Amino acid sequence: MLPKKGWFGVIFLILAVSLALTAGCGQKSGTGGGPQGEGKLTGTIVVAGSTAMQPVIEEAAKRFMESNPGVQITVQGGGSGTGLSQVSQGACDIGMSDIFAEEKAGIDAGQLKDHKVLVQAFALVTHPEVGVDNLTKQQIQDIFTGKITNWKEVGGRNQKIFLVNRAKGSGTRATFHQYVMDGKEEAKGDVEQESSGTVYQIVSQTPGAVSYLAIAYLNGKVKPVKINGAAPTEEDISTGKYPFWAFGHLYTKGEPSKVVKAFIDFVLSDEVQNGLIREMKYFPVKGMKVERKP
Amino acid sequence: MVNRNVRREFLGYSLTFSCALIAILLTLAIILFLGWKGLAVFTQHKISLTNIFSVHWWPDRPAGAGGPQVGVLTFIFGSVITSTLAVLVSAPLGVTVAVFMAEISPRLGQRFLQPVIELLAGIPSVVYGYIGLSVLVPFIRNNIGGTGFSLLAGVMVLAVMILPTIASMATDAIRALPGTLKEAALALGATRWQAIRTVILPSARAGILMGVVLGLARAFGEALAVQMVIGNRREIPHSILDPLITLTSGITMDMGNTVQGSLWNDTLWFMALILLVLSFFFIFLIRLLGRKGAVH
Amino acid sequence: MKAQVKDKLATAGFYLGAGLVVLILFSLLGYIIVHGYRAIDLQFLLSEPETLRAGGGIGPNIFNSFYLLFLSMALTAPLGVLAGIYLAEYARQNQFTNLIRLSIETLTSLPSIVVGLFGLLIFVTMFGFGYSLVAGALALTVINLPMMVRVTEENLRTVPRDLREASLSLGATKWQTICRVVLPTALPGLITGIIITAGRVFGEAAALLFTAGMTTPHLNFSQLDITQPTCPWNPFRPGETLAVHIWKINSEALIPDVRRVADGSAAVLVLVVLGFNLFARWVARRFTCRLTGG
Repeated sequence: MLPKKGWFGVIFLILAVSLALTAGCGQKSGTGGGPQGEGKLTGTIVVAGSTAMQPVIEEAAKRFMESNPGVQITVQGGGSGTGLSQVSQGACDIGMSDIFAEEKAGIDAGQLKDHKVLVQAFALVTHPEVGVDNLTKQQIQDIFTGKITNWKEVGGRNQKIFLVNRAKGSGTRATFHQYVMDGKEEAKGDVEQESSGTVYQIVSQTPGAVSYLAIAYLNGKVKPVKINGAAPTEEDISTGKYPFWAFGHLYTKGEPSKVVKAFIDFVLSDEVQNGLIREMKYFPVKGMKVERKP
Repeated sequence: MVNRNVRREFLGYSLTFSCALIAILLTLAIILFLGWKGLAVFTQHKISLTNIFSVHWWPDRPAGAGGPQVGVLTFIFGSVITSTLAVLVSAPLGVTVAVFMAEISPRLGQRFLQPVIELLAGIPSVVYGYIGLSVLVPFIRNNIGGTGFSLLAGVMVLAVMILPTIASMATDAIRALPGTLKEAALALGATRWQAIRTVILPSARAGILMGVVLGLARAFGEALAVQMVIGNRREIPHSILDPLITLTSGITMDMGNTVQGSLWNDTLWFMALILLVLSFFFIFLIRLLGRKGAVH
Repeated sequence: MKAQVKDKLATAGFYLGAGLVVLILFSLLGYIIVHGYRAIDLQFLLSEPETLRAGGGIGPNIFNSFYLLFLSMALTAPLGVLAGIYLAEYARQNQFTNLIRLSIETLTSLPSIVVGLFGLLIFVTMFGFGYSLVAGALALTVINLPMMVRVTEENLRTVPRDLREASLSLGATKWQTICRVVLPTALPGLITGIIITAGRVFGEAAALLFTAGMTTPHLNFSQLDITQPTCPWNPFRPGETLAVHIWKINSEALIPDVRRVADGSAAVLVLVVLGFNLFARWVARRFTCRLTGG
């Protein structure tokens, strides 16, 4: 055809397309505070990360936006790793994480600022019919390393243990590994699942199943098991009797902007801490007498 | 007037040409990008080939115990075995349906079966996974054995998912055959079954195989539905009732929990690169078959 | 006679096989519809989803699905049709054409999860679109482009040679021939192809998890300023589609009526795809009648 002229058309089109694409890049998140002094907040906040924290932060964001119509908050899941990477790269304003940034490989925690906003308690759960109410830490470790394979060895029914692991790398699994297994490597187990919802479904319908879940999932269909006689209550956690819990962190890159800080303060306010956070089966961060360091 | 036509002609040509070019650029972008991300395992993390092509998976093993192990063979094996078995289940059924639609009862095929196949193709994979988890898994556990989360469950879900691909490709292949072929066979006194077995199926073989390879490719790439039903245990399964893990499932599970740029995360990108290389392998196969078909 | 018996048996076998496929489909559809039927009412279709209370709906998700479909088709259809025209009408047998075909085939066999990851790093992070409908639409374009090209090319090839010859011999240029003769003749097939392609977009989830996102801001349908985050038509806002919603509630499962919402969503999804298929058939039939004057 017209090879020489054809290329001009092509180059023109590529330029046009790339221009059109970069035109859309003007959208940057976290535009910070609005007009000073009026007390009116404006801007957008993008939050991403831990799927375990997503529902509560989403709900808090809804309420915050109701009282601050100029602010738009987006809450994305994606996992703690995604949240920490994105906030480090500046792709989002707040990264939600169930573990300390220092504990995550590949994150430069020095540039991130930690805001602990809640306490998540986890419970060891079994299928309702295994007949075990309490396990010592040692027994749990033996079950999860594969030494004990039948419930009758720990005083339950004669039923083979069905081991449901959380995904390796997830925040929940990291917490379990550190504070319940004391760093012992878990056996491969029967199945491995990423999401709480699927774990819940599997444990509730598979005879002999055992796994662990955030306490928001505790209802008649799965049975919580005490650890060393302690239960995942606020009291047992704050006195250090119950080991299986983690802080929920909101990380910002450096100091948060005005609007981001306002939102974090809102999450830390008594209204949310004693209202929404309790309502959603988390515990307020203020009552913790136990210290935990990365 | 003439000038305007020439200009329009040129504009039309360059417009369509540039759109075709975009397809190439897009593909190149994806290949380069995946190559760059996936090969970081070797370029940045200096992982040895013996480490990555092994069955040992322990990406967070402390340096004191010998450092991380990121063997991806378990995942590759899982993908290969699940997809291959799914195709073995699905292909005979798909070809049966194709023959039925093209030869046995075209009227029923056109009016009834074709829409059914199209609909099957339209059911979203999330829905397959959901039904697999709530119906198929308990069914296998209670009636066949094992825990339900198994190779078998994955194969069954995939087999139904790729059936439409295989069936419609095979139907097209059979319909494209010249009618004289069958008539000649029938004129020689062959029954319909003999004509199908000795003339029609062999002549349409290349097209049918193409459909099978496409189905296989789709099975390899399916993520969500499979992840819900195979149990995701990172070990080579010993029986059809054992849980296992596939490439896509491993990527879906760990991508969100790992940090960009870390070894673990880059290994996942390496798995995505393996998927891409496999796609190339399938394309190569399809082209080979296509050429064979042309010779016919 | 033996051959005759075999023939009868084989025919029975084929009927059996076809029957089995129909059975599979109907049991699948039956399961989805029967379970979903109880969940679907007007309130469910219109109200917003809930994160922790019962009684949530899928209104915004349905809107997102359709809007995303529109956005991605607005990109895919022109691109795919034009590239298809090039392949069918202009392309010669050379290396460049070969390269195009190879690219299209590569895109066809890309797993959608890989496209989603590509979208996350390129559209969401690098271009700075954030989790947005635009990023989702671009990812869907990557997935659907090859199918659109193939459909176009196949349809244009069905247009008889003589029509083109006649037009050219009357003095029309090639481009005029394509616009006035070839495209109108192939239109019914094209439109059917576009609709079927669109139907496939509807059920896609893997590619959207990390691009269009898993949340929807509170949509205000009286807000028509497209730059506002609450404006439903703003392409730079995140949007959770129906298929992604099913994935999300199954993995979080915090709402007490998760089964009801999941069943209802699945039923709506399947019914919409069914609608697309019926619509495509109807369009094809009507066009054929009009063109053949029948």
